[in-house]
Amino acid sequence: MTYFNAFIFCGLVCLLGQIILDNTKLTPGHVTTIFVVVGAFLDVFNIYDKFVLWAGGGALVPITSFGHLLIHGAMDTVNNFGVMGLFMGMFDLTSSGIVAAIVFSFILALIFQPKD
Amino acid sequence: MEKKEYKKIVDKYTPKEPRLKNALIAFLIGGFMGILGNFLIDAYSYYFDLSSKDASVFMIITLVFIGCFLTCLGFFDKWVNFAKCGLIVPITGFAHACQSAALEYRKEGLVTGIGANMFKLAGSVIIFGVVSAYLFGLLRLFVMGG
Repeated sequence: MTYFNAFIFCGLVCLLGQIILDNTKLTPGHVTTIFVVVGAFLDVFNIYDKFVLWAGGGALVPITSFGHLLIHGAMDTVNNFGVMGLFMGMFDLTSSGIVAAIVFSFILALIFQPKD
Repeated sequence: MEKKEYKKIVDKYTPKEPRLKNALIAFLIGGFMGILGNFLIDAYSYYFDLSSKDASVFMIITLVFIGCFLTCLGFFDKWVNFAKCGLIVPITGFAHACQSAALEYRKEGLVTGIGANMFKLAGSVIIFGVVSAYLFGLLRLFVMGG
């Protein structure tokens, strides 16, 4: 059942992005940026956690989960350190994705030539 | 020529996007990306005996690698043109943005090319994500009590 929910949730997020992309003059960069902010906003009221429980991996694949994980990591350290925790834990959960993107991009860019 | 007339002519010759078809393709491809993500989490937690939270980190790394590697091989640009948001909105779009910037600016050197430009496209995601997460974090801390 989680697989079905994952299909529906991830599909709907992509559908929403496509509708925004087709009906406005925004670029794909705008769409992903909006989705990150929306993901962070939904975590204020703990809504996104419910999506993750409902759709499993389907809720973790779209870029909205990036915003959700940013604020989630920050709030974990806030419990121990107060306001300063917001600065300390922001990348705790998302570091894997960012580091992977940087390392793979760098190494693969050295190996491969750009294709047109 | 008046600006209005010019705009009319531009609108007339701008190719019409098949919106319904685009939306359907984005929905289907995006849905399959969700299934793939969920499958990877299940597979990692089964074979490596991980909790589903740790397995999701493995899943994100795997998808980022797939996105980077396929961009290098040249497939991914065509797929993004076809699937549009179905591949841009999942985390593969982030990897694709990083990788294509790194490949494009590689000829300008390692530091001034790759180093300076890797986050040219993907940087806005990180910057807006961090700023909004900070502001919403403050909101959660002071208004809602953590």
